[in-house]
Amino acid sequence: MAENAMDRIARATPPGVARKIRGLSDRAIAWIFVGPSIFLLLAINIFPLIWTIRLSFTNFRVNRINAPVKWIGLRNYERILTDPDIWQTMQATAHFLFWTIFFQVLIGFTLAWLINKKFRGNDLWTTLIVLPMMLSPAVVGNFWTFLYQPQIGLFNYVVAFFTGADPSSFSMIGSIDLAPWAIVIVDTWMWTPFVMLICLAGLRSIPDSIYEAAEIDRASKWRQFWTITIPLVLPFLMMAVLFRGIENFKMFDLVVQLTGGGPGSVTTLTSIDLKREAFEKWRTGYASAYAVILFVTIFGLASIYVKALNKVKER
Amino acid sequence: MKKSLLLAAAALAATSVFAAQGAAAKTMTLCWAAWDPANALVELSKDFEEKSGVDMNFEFVPWPNFADRMLNELNSGGSLCDLMIGDSQWIGGAAENGQYVKLNDFFDANGISMDDFLPATVVGYAEWPKNTPNYYALPAYADVVGWTYRKDWFSRPELQAEFKDKYGYDLGVPADLSQLKDIAEFFQGREIDGKTVYGAAIYTERGSEGITMGVTNALYNYGFEYGNPENPYAELDGYVNSPGAVAGLEYYKALYDCCTPPGSSDWYMSEDIDAYKSGQVALQMNFAFIWPGVNADPNVGGDHSGYFANPKGPAGQFAQLGGQGISVVANTDMMDEALDYIKWFAQPEIQARWTEMGGASAMRSVVEDPAFPDAQPYNKAFLESMAIVKDFWAEPSYASLLLAMQDRVHKYVVAGQGTAKEALDGLVRDWTEVFQDEGKL
Repeated sequence: MAENAMDRIARATPPGVARKIRGLSDRAIAWIFVGPSIFLLLAINIFPLIWTIRLSFTNFRVNRINAPVKWIGLRNYERILTDPDIWQTMQATAHFLFWTIFFQVLIGFTLAWLINKKFRGNDLWTTLIVLPMMLSPAVVGNFWTFLYQPQIGLFNYVVAFFTGADPSSFSMIGSIDLAPWAIVIVDTWMWTPFVMLICLAGLRSIPDSIYEAAEIDRASKWRQFWTITIPLVLPFLMMAVLFRGIENFKMFDLVVQLTGGGPGSVTTLTSIDLKREAFEKWRTGYASAYAVILFVTIFGLASIYVKALNKVKER
Repeated sequence: MKKSLLLAAAALAATSVFAAQGAAAKTMTLCWAAWDPANALVELSKDFEEKSGVDMNFEFVPWPNFADRMLNELNSGGSLCDLMIGDSQWIGGAAENGQYVKLNDFFDANGISMDDFLPATVVGYAEWPKNTPNYYALPAYADVVGWTYRKDWFSRPELQAEFKDKYGYDLGVPADLSQLKDIAEFFQGREIDGKTVYGAAIYTERGSEGITMGVTNALYNYGFEYGNPENPYAELDGYVNSPGAVAGLEYYKALYDCCTPPGSSDWYMSEDIDAYKSGQVALQMNFAFIWPGVNADPNVGGDHSGYFANPKGPAGQFAQLGGQGISVVANTDMMDEALDYIKWFAQPEIQARWTEMGGASAMRSVVEDPAFPDAQPYNKAFLESMAIVKDFWAEPSYASLLLAMQDRVHKYVVAGQGTAKEALDGLVRDWTEVFQDEGKL
């Protein structure tokens, strides 16, 4: 009988080593397996977090390594929380978050519900719909600047076709009233398919037998929708909202490409502002405090949300 | 036997690795922005490669990301660049943080004199602190904001007659900023050769430095100062937000509102070039580096276009300085070769070739040559412009100062939020805060 690889390795292992490994406790073996992951987690996530918190209490600037670093207590936090410009970026971020999630859930669920119906070309439509989210955000931002171009942009011509307005009479990314909506439209176009896919997974997880039982009980389609479809898809929807919320809270590339944060500062989201503080103004201590505030905000909101999600799942 | 063969193979491999490293050690990297003059420098540098035996590698980054990428490189102590053609505003930070090598001793030892270069470029690109003989760069590329106009449109008799009727003077190169606005207004929305055209493409970009590089051309000429020259950090109020400065900012907004193409709310160099070359605008504000390209363009080049310096305003005639100096990065491990490159580049004949090939020398022997003004149709405008330059802050904190100005000015000019006075008062507060953080107040 041919000797297999394990036999060869076992035979090659010196008896002393084998005895040592055999002598390890389960706990020690567990540490050997988990140790590298814990080390990486500490090195890549926890240490930078603690270091950031430490820096947030100083006036450190990374471009002046030789300058003395002063401990300034809560001054950075105080300045950030009392700065009206930062509150304006918070408002811009809240506007962007709320409306992108609202439209993506609404349109994403509707598309998933339609795609879930069995019809010819179903797979083709699914593929076509998910195409936008496969593109790079920087590329999407760049080509939408052309679509929004008042003189040659397709978007303006489509709006003009339906409203009769002169296409060059409005600028989506040049007007303070329209620019916040311009970024909402692009993000919705790009990420609605993601919400659709999650909703589709939810819809397909509902067993047909539940609908069949409801049919036997003579429940209307409307009642089936509200009492079967929505409650059973809700955990999936909430998951999609969580993912999109976290992603859009840190939205950067797409908006920078589209508007550069302008006109003025109406589309300067917190992540754009934070990047400018950290890597253009090089106010490392200040930017660290800013990052800590954002981290606490996202972490707090996400924790509350996850608790709500778990409650919904338990129902 | 087997063992000795193995050893021989290892020795051979090690030798070839060291040999390869030896060859690679003769490659020096020069970092700059990705634009036409950079391509000319690649060609020009072949002469240095031939003479020195050093291979040149080039790291060019597009303008919108240039500062981000290269300042990251300098601040992180990276070793990518041996030579840096950095923006003029970086000189303060790079000098104070020890990122550029001080070149005074090297210049003295090699007979390189700053008197051989245009004074404005020496102050703007090489000196820190400004107006002191401490040199951290050799002026490498002279640049300034100027204007390009459609000479062919301006010379049409029917347009000339209509313009004279309307404004009472001849349609031509504007004598001042007020005339420039008249001309832009005249062309705005006009039908020319069956196409709707617009007045002027101006700088409005929000993300990096665009609108600041544009608006300063109006602010300077209406009386804006960066502060009291005697006490520049402490006395901003009354200089940055003087009545003249407010009028200058109002002028720029009026020009943006009346006379620019729709959708030009975030335009900088490349968008202005595109608008001009595609025949959308009669006037274009842009750095002079674009002029050779415009002149050579099949649609708008040659006699179709003319060039002029930023027109005067009520408080004088100034223009925003662009351009860069070439510096040796302190972190380089090819110090001798980098200094050799500077020495080679500073030779008058190389500077002359640099200009011929599409660069823009700041060396006086090149630009003060009697043949220079007529050598190209834009050279006169270039010389006039270089004589009236002013530059933005070059402090170590220039980025904070710049971002504050971008924000305040864009909010007023493009977003239409608040008044010009409020924008400049806000700028005084922002800049004061920056100088306080810097410990300069």
